[in-house]
Amino acid sequence: MRDALHDIVEEFAGTPRDLRLMLLLEFANALPPLPDHLVQDHDRMEAVEECQAPVFLAVDVGPDAVRLYFDAPPESPTTRGFASVLHQGLDGATPEEVLATPNDFFLSMGLEELVTPLRMRGRAGMLARVKRRVAGGAERTSRETS
Amino acid sequence: MPVEYDPDPKIAAYAHPERLVTTEWLEAHLGDPGLVVAESDEDVLLYHTGHIPGAVKIDWHLDLNDPLTRDYVDAGGFAALMSAKGITPDTTIVFYGDQSNWWAAYALWVTSLFGHADVRLLDGGRKKWHDEGRPLTTDVPSPSPADYPLAERDDERIRAYREQVLAHIGNGALVDVRSPGEYSGELLHMPDYPQEGALRGGHIPTAVNVPWRRAADEADGTFLPADRLRALYEGEIGLDARDDIIAYCRIGERSSHTWFVLTYLLGFDHVRNYDGSWVEWGNAVRVPIER
Repeated sequence: MRDALHDIVEEFAGTPRDLRLMLLLEFANALPPLPDHLVQDHDRMEAVEECQAPVFLAVDVGPDAVRLYFDAPPESPTTRGFASVLHQGLDGATPEEVLATPNDFFLSMGLEELVTPLRMRGRAGMLARVKRRVAGGAERTSRETS
Repeated sequence: MPVEYDPDPKIAAYAHPERLVTTEWLEAHLGDPGLVVAESDEDVLLYHTGHIPGAVKIDWHLDLNDPLTRDYVDAGGFAALMSAKGITPDTTIVFYGDQSNWWAAYALWVTSLFGHADVRLLDGGRKKWHDEGRPLTTDVPSPSPADYPLAERDDERIRAYREQVLAHIGNGALVDVRSPGEYSGELLHMPDYPQEGALRGGHIPTAVNVPWRRAADEADGTFLPADRLRALYEGEIGLDARDDIIAYCRIGERSSHTWFVLTYLLGFDHVRNYDGSWVEWGNAVRVPIER
């Protein structure tokens, strides 16, 4: 797992149960706003249908770094929090690092007991969609350069 | 002595005006002795982004449900919860929440299983309060623990189990409050939600489909006025205040909303909520399903 993401998982796991939701809220508040080009071109973003809340993501796959963008409404702070964990943990990672992220990394964060199962599946859906985009993008890049 | 009722004319027209309050009324009564405001949301973090000043959080998942068995907490668990929130049996509880008060109605219904007397909903819920620019705070209150005696849960009056629903087919009214797509069997969950949780789609035989949303104003989520609710449930659907009615949805939260409407806004006498709902029925072996 990429160091940045690993550190976040450790931070959650090391936080007392009562404060873990507050930590997730800090992540929710830290999710950066969408850059202008995605605000203008929101149709480019992919809807994360596994989430209960309206969540959209976009992935720019470069040869050295993957850029991640998430859009989730303030009325859905839990979903924003999960999106922000992925953003802080994987934005700027190499395609290989993103693809090597364990699908169940979040099981170690200690949130299962605090958040309902449907939310958990939404989070898994976000990572799965990011990885699919990265895999597809990496294929295209290798075709273009070969 | 209970906190005074909201004299709002729209609310006065309901069968039980003592069960609903407006945002104006609540803002004017914040801090009244004997009143506790409780927020219950689908999103477990929403309360912490800002809530009505003085409001406590009641988490439907962690506070009201047993962590192991699919059931509600027992008398001891409920008394401990109420005590921790500063609630005594004489306290007036006003519930509000996100999603047009689904979880607030659910928390109110669970609280009613334990016979808590004075429970009310905030008309329009969290969204209306927020949209009107009323005060919100992130300060979490720390109430002094209150005395709450053990109150046995009464599952007879307003709760229905699967066996009772099965026996009800052909003998009483069943109201499916899910979306039309879930009722028809085309969807296994609400539109735009993950399609999971049940192996079969469809509805319980003889159930009529009255989506919960039809009882709420589309713009602000408040309940429709009494005459429009009567026109819908009594006129269009043909239900009667004396009918024996069981309402259900997917896990019992949207049907709590309809249970509240039929019981307190229209004054129906025998309405039960089948909290097992479609997650139980759509997975149960050999129960009849209609599409």
